[in-house]
Amino acid sequence: MRAIVIALRSLSREWRYGELAVLLLSLSVAVGALTGVGFLVDRINRSIALQASEVLAADIRVQSPRPLSADNEPMARQLGLRTARLTTLLSAVFHGDVNQLTNIRMVTDGYPLRGTVTVADTPFAPGTVTRQIPAPGQAWADSKLAAALGVKIGDNITVGARELRLDRILISRPDQGSAFQEFSASLLMNEADLASTQLIQPASQVRHALLIAGERPQLNAFRDWHAQQAGQRERMADVSEDSPQIGDATRRAGRFLGLASLVAILLCAVAVAMSARSYVRRHLDAVALMKTLGASRAFVLTVSVTQLLLLALAATALGSVMGWITQSWLISALQGLLRTDLPPAGLQPMLIGLLVAVAMLAGFALPSLLQMTRVPALRVLRRDVGPPTPGAWAAVTPAVVAVIVVVYGTLGDAVLSGWFVGALAAATLILGGAGWGLVSFTAHSRGGSGVAWRYGIASLARRRVESVTQIVAFGLGIMLLLVLATLRRDLVTDWRASIPANIPNYFFVNIPSGEQEEFRARLTAQGGKVERMLPMVRGRLVTINDRDAHAVSSSGGPAGPDDGPPQRGGMADREQNLTWSSELGDDNRIVAGQWWQPGDEGKPLVSLATEFQEELGLKLGDRLGFDIAGERITVTVASFREVKWDSFKPNFFIVFPPGLLDGAAGTYMTSALFEPSSPGEMTDFVRRFPTVSVFDVGSLLAQVRSMIDKAVTAVQSVFVFTLLAGLTVLLAAVQASRDERSYETAVLRVLGAQRGMIVRSVLTEFSALGLLAGTLAASGAAFGGFMLARQLELNYRFNLTFWLLGVLGTVAIVGFTGWVATRSVLNHPPRSALS
Amino acid sequence: MTRDIVLKAENITREVSSPEGLLTIVRDVSFHIESRETVAIVGPSGAGKSTLLAMLAGLDLPTSGRISLAGQDLTTLDEDGRARLRAEKVGFVFQSFHLIPSLTALENVMLPLELAGRSDARQLSADMLARVGLASRTGHYPRQLSGGEQQRVALARASVSRPAVLFADEPTGNLDMATGERITQLLFELNADSSTTLVLVTHDRSIATRCGRVLTMENGGLR
Ligand SMILES: Nc1ncnc2c1ncn2[C@@H]1O[C@H](COP(=O)(O)OP(=O)(O)OP(=O)(O)O)[C@@H](O)[C@H]1O
Ligand SMILES: [Mg+2]
Repeated sequence: MRAIVIALRSLSREWRYGELAVLLLSLSVAVGALTGVGFLVDRINRSIALQASEVLAADIRVQSPRPLSADNEPMARQLGLRTARLTTLLSAVFHGDVNQLTNIRMVTDGYPLRGTVTVADTPFAPGTVTRQIPAPGQAWADSKLAAALGVKIGDNITVGARELRLDRILISRPDQGSAFQEFSASLLMNEADLASTQLIQPASQVRHALLIAGERPQLNAFRDWHAQQAGQRERMADVSEDSPQIGDATRRAGRFLGLASLVAILLCAVAVAMSARSYVRRHLDAVALMKTLGASRAFVLTVSVTQLLLLALAATALGSVMGWITQSWLISALQGLLRTDLPPAGLQPMLIGLLVAVAMLAGFALPSLLQMTRVPALRVLRRDVGPPTPGAWAAVTPAVVAVIVVVYGTLGDAVLSGWFVGALAAATLILGGAGWGLVSFTAHSRGGSGVAWRYGIASLARRRVESVTQIVAFGLGIMLLLVLATLRRDLVTDWRASIPANIPNYFFVNIPSGEQEEFRARLTAQGGKVERMLPMVRGRLVTINDRDAHAVSSSGGPAGPDDGPPQRGGMADREQNLTWSSELGDDNRIVAGQWWQPGDEGKPLVSLATEFQEELGLKLGDRLGFDIAGERITVTVASFREVKWDSFKPNFFIVFPPGLLDGAAGTYMTSALFEPSSPGEMTDFVRRFPTVSVFDVGSLLAQVRSMIDKAVTAVQSVFVFTLLAGLTVLLAAVQASRDERSYETAVLRVLGAQRGMIVRSVLTEFSALGLLAGTLAASGAAFGGFMLARQLELNYRFNLTFWLLGVLGTVAIVGFTGWVATRSVLNHPPRSALS
Repeated sequence: MTRDIVLKAENITREVSSPEGLLTIVRDVSFHIESRETVAIVGPSGAGKSTLLAMLAGLDLPTSGRISLAGQDLTTLDEDGRARLRAEKVGFVFQSFHLIPSLTALENVMLPLELAGRSDARQLSADMLARVGLASRTGHYPRQLSGGEQQRVALARASVSRPAVLFADEPTGNLDMATGERITQLLFELNADSSTTLVLVTHDRSIATRCGRVLTMENGGLR
């Protein structure tokens, strides 16, 4: 109790000495980084899961060519899950004499369970979000269908035996997928009208789907239940397995942000350790005196621990405010990227913040404090008597435990945490060892010129332990910052590169043979940048090495256009789009075999995309039999290609050499970058080539681009936290060296040293320190960046400029630190330091 | 009349290891000091006076031999045990004052009372500060006081708990003649007031002669 009173009383005065302020600041930044960013990361992760769901328009989708089991829906609802039904089929839609083969989608209320549908009043116009579905008797046609039929809102269209009124233009739906060859016109209508269309016939290609959404535990319960149903033939698609491309950018952002906040916290830990050392150094005399006056170790410890706990509380409050402001700001900055329907973070972040503050103090400050209480009372008579040197384990274990707690708490991923902690430990050891060696080596070079130089180097060598500690602290800090900066740069470059500017935003399919050149000319004339024009014929793979392809292929039933994201299965069974081409685009790379050689023209060969190869387990030299419009042809696999589908250029799984299929009457497809000056221009274009199907991927691209830009903003802003943390390390270092030097500098000045000499000697010492720390840090960062980039699936590029910048930057920063520290000492008369 | 023995040293020796090997800085010293005695320890620089004083006050332990303070054998106590004994029985004045810079004059004086768990610390300390003539400086911090004033605060702090033994290591060593004289005066007055035992190390002959007994050290031994 007395100890607590004394702790409270002296706290306000302790404040003036600065270490406590630095401690408070570093703890606050750590808590701020944790609460602000950590919880944002959590939100981002949940957001990603939701976004993935949007592509399915649900969390889980159960589907089958046959009607679904009647038990599914009651079971899902009983588990508290939301459901909607979706029935799709391919059929012609009529308006007067005109008709168009259309993907007809009949839905029930609630569709889509995830994601949004946007509608407009004219084709190709920007859409607005709707929460409704077409009322019975009404239908929403997409732009392509409306343009092809030449209908406008209010017109009647015929679907099977049913007449429907066109109510809206469907601009986008979440489950429109990205398998561009499969795109076709689509129509959204109410399931209530299903029966009256009379389209469900034994031969019709209907797909039944049940959409389910809700919380993960219940979803898993449903999955398990569903898998156990006897004779289960329904397919289940689950977002937790199929992670579509769109999530990647955000997922990486989440991981990166987690790492950034972690780095901020660790930097703060370094600052905490440094301030604690200064605090202890300054208190040694007072503690020895207290002991002379009869204070026990426990008493002394209670005083310090009370002060630190109060500090932890204050830091938690301050840090939480910082975190809250950051989080609110980030969330508003990331609006659209993040779901707004997520529950906001509650009080829990504060609790965890407090925990981290306490853990950091316990790990990084407590060992020093314990050490301090061991100082013998004799110090009051003999100043050179300090506390006994601690056992290595006693000093290191708490810090290691704290780091593990903080790392695992922030990253929440055992493997990544293991890597991180391991790398950190290795870096610390290497820095320490190399630092020791370098300091010893430097000590021999003090014969150099000038008293300033000699004195600077001498003090570096004399305070060997301090010097090595500072090298490790600065080295680690700068290394973490550099690794993060490298990753940030790679991340941003990678993201931006993944969606280059000026890539095609429209796909055109079904361009009649013979009209392709006219099509290209017209589109080019209107300002379109048209990509390669590839022929397209439909065909079916029937034999593999002379055996029935269906028997060979392992997968289940046929897959239709609305299987959503990357789906395989049924490649062997299904009508494929085939093409031939003499040129290998720069978005294709041969991974096995050879592309067509001169003279291969007309030979029975085929080149396959790796996806196709993997699906069917094919190898070079296999013979595939295709049925193309009733004709059989057998070809030999000559090469496998890795295709960059996201180049948005026309690409096919199956490519023949030119001259082999020339007889087959096909159509052509291409893609183009085209900015119609008005929605009408596109409609006109479609009317001129009525058979051509147009797919607008521009809006999808724009969405992805804006998401990336927002993620970049988030990353940049979180970096500020890391820099702030770096600043606290700097402050702690200034503090430490100021206290250490004030006495010595005073003595030097009394001995007649000029300010300039002292500044030069300190600059020498600190620059040397900076050079050592910087070289080690920059090299460590290069290696760490390389390892981490692999974890984050980024491309690492070593950059010499960056390395040099790291070294020189450290020299500058550390030198500056020393200068600031010394300046503040020099600005006081030497007497104050000596009295 | 016979008085209690408050301090007793039996064959104490202190050795330290140095680059040149084992160094004996206090060699086989024995003596005892009775209650209310005033004893000066004098001798040339480096004779081992401070080392001896530190051992007597329980700040350091002898390599061999026994010391008992107020009936307690210091060599059998652990650190905290010796600290407790100091809190109850010992006051200390140093050459370089050793006030705690972050505490005011009053708080510095209160410290030993608070450590001993006294509830009347504030009042006693204020009285004691008045006694040393610093009634108007209670709220000042050490750095705002002159050397002599600081030493008076230190004196007040050492005497406020009415210790059985007051140790002083060159209490005037850092002060000018006149100030030193005033401090010495105060030291002896306070000692008489509270009838404590005084053990002081000094180079100042005039201080030594005011003591009841003078022990002279040379080369680590008593002469
Ligand atoms: N821990 C130690 N290690 C090495 N030498 C020591 C140690 N403690 C004391 N000494 C040496 O022992 C000798 C006695 O020291 P001490 O401080 O007791 O002398 P002193 O009589 O108080 O001198 P002064 O009058 O100058 O204060 C000195 O030579 C000192 O250097
Ligand atoms: Mg001495």
